[in-house]
Amino acid sequence: MNFSDILRTAIYALRGNWMRSALTSLGVIIGIAAVIVMVSVGQGTQQEIDKMVSGLGSQRLDISPGARRGGGGVRMSSSSFFTLNEGDVDAIRNEIPEVQYVAGALRGSTQVVYAENNASTSWQGVQADFFDINGWTIASGQGFEAQDYTSAGKSVIIGETVRRTLFGDDSGVGQTIRLGRVPFTVVGTLNPKGQGGFGQDQDDVVMVPLETARRRLMGAMGLPAGAVMQIALTVADAKDLSYAQGEVEALLRQRHRIKPGDEDDFNVRNISEIVATRTATTRLMSLLLGAVATISLIVGGIGIMNIMLVSVTERIREIGLRMAVGAGPSDVRRQFLAEAMLLSLGGGVLGIVIGVVGALAVGRFSDLPVALNGQVIALAATFSIMTGLFFGYYPARKASQLDPIEALRQQ
Amino acid sequence: MSVPVDAATRENVPVILTRALSKTYAAHTEAEVHALIGVDLRISRGEFVAIMGPSGSGKSTLMNLIGCLDTPTAGTYECDGVDVSTLDAEDLAALRRDKIGFVFQGFNLLPRMSALDNVAMPLGYARVPPHERIERARDALVSVGLGERVGHKPSELSGGQQQRVAIARALINRPPILLADEPTGALDSKTGEEILALFKRLRDDDHTVVLITHDADVAAHADRTYVMRDGELHPEGAA
Repeated sequence: MNFSDILRTAIYALRGNWMRSALTSLGVIIGIAAVIVMVSVGQGTQQEIDKMVSGLGSQRLDISPGARRGGGGVRMSSSSFFTLNEGDVDAIRNEIPEVQYVAGALRGSTQVVYAENNASTSWQGVQADFFDINGWTIASGQGFEAQDYTSAGKSVIIGETVRRTLFGDDSGVGQTIRLGRVPFTVVGTLNPKGQGGFGQDQDDVVMVPLETARRRLMGAMGLPAGAVMQIALTVADAKDLSYAQGEVEALLRQRHRIKPGDEDDFNVRNISEIVATRTATTRLMSLLLGAVATISLIVGGIGIMNIMLVSVTERIREIGLRMAVGAGPSDVRRQFLAEAMLLSLGGGVLGIVIGVVGALAVGRFSDLPVALNGQVIALAATFSIMTGLFFGYYPARKASQLDPIEALRQQ
Repeated sequence: MSVPVDAATRENVPVILTRALSKTYAAHTEAEVHALIGVDLRISRGEFVAIMGPSGSGKSTLMNLIGCLDTPTAGTYECDGVDVSTLDAEDLAALRRDKIGFVFQGFNLLPRMSALDNVAMPLGYARVPPHERIERARDALVSVGLGERVGHKPSELSGGQQQRVAIARALINRPPILLADEPTGALDSKTGEEILALFKRLRDDDHTVVLITHDADVAAHADRTYVMRDGELHPEGAA
């Protein structure tokens, strides 16, 4: 029997019991559809993380005030909250040559008002390097001049969400808006970044020079002179990152006069640590989803094996006849294997269709990120073929080992 | 395996040749059964031979051996010049395909296939190209007088017609041996006579026909008759 003979015979056999064939394939259909949806969601999540990594940069360190373990309410007094200052920023810039950009920042939230439009948003008081570190670029306008930083100019750069809220289709550059009660001149708008890695709207922000923020926006918080809430820096070369981290920690301990053995009053975080945690979580989730999908495929495969065994028993006389007229054991084995594979491959194709539709639906109607690619589909197709091969082999072998005399004697 | 035999030497070469053929089931145990004991049988091309015997006489065992469905425990069987005793399941299948055409009491047609597809089915295992299969199957059905019924399913045919389809299927690979196991057992006597007449015609066309039956009236149509008794084969009339 050549390939098309085997295929034709298998189709003939399956069609004779099409309802049973369809129900048998259902297990594989569900399994494959589940594999596609789950792998797509898993890959989508992973891609989101990868995007976040490249967005935040693996060349980046974030320094925040307070001890690393500093959960205790006692330690979190306002004085220990502002342990970093502009002097630290300058020292890092001057003394650690691996550092490319470094900037301190203050942040808070405020009400922005333009004519009758107003919105509540967050503000960032920044130094010049802040834009390069965070990958912000100016969409329109000039951005801050040098004197905005030195003389606390009342200039503001607005994020895309704020611009849309206040100005609609207009850029708003040159207009005057109020942050709280203080009037600022819009000197630029930011190119949008979209949703962040944790789902927040990154464009719902306004930027002002650091000194301006300290004087005009911090209000009566009793800020120590030159204090900043965070320092961010990048190194020119990613492989210097852990070395630079050690240098920064040593420099700050020295500047803050921390005795050997005492805890740091600051916390240097490497973004890759956060990412690693998230990646591990995602991987665990993918693993669990994969396990669920695999189990359903196995259940589908067992269904195929079960039905094939029934089919061998039912058609024992046909097998005997085929053997009598010249079918060898290998012919019989191939035929039953072809039927099992047709069941699983047919289920696989349908499962792929349903899975792709399902994944697209999940992407459209839920917040879960979905990445559908050809690899997933190829993987699913391979899985379905393997299922048929694996679970079809035993019944096929059993059929091929039948004694033709016994088989012909069956009624 | 299928060495073509020259037409001139054909007469002398037996298509079935057994020497001291024996089959023992459950050998060397308490339940040991000698189903076949030292059978010597020689059947030449173009003969119509009947093998008679009551059930349990070893008739079926002999038929299974001649039909290459089984191998002997002792003795030899040469099927059209091929010694079967050392063949495995795969080679036996190939030998059946090339040398033996089976006709069964219960016809054994596949119910959902047309007469034409039933007849063509063995050609797939012989790796005959598809277009040639249909042609040959149609010719075979015409030769058994069913040229008008090629598209019918077995359930749409009478018993005699079904048996003719089965005979066409048995002949499709042009085997030297036609092995019929109670071919008239499921038919009324008139239809049975027609089938036996068909066998005689096939014998005249140089086919070798071996008929297994328990019915002396049926066996009477053959040129020669053997009787199986307790595992031994005797020519008819011998004591």
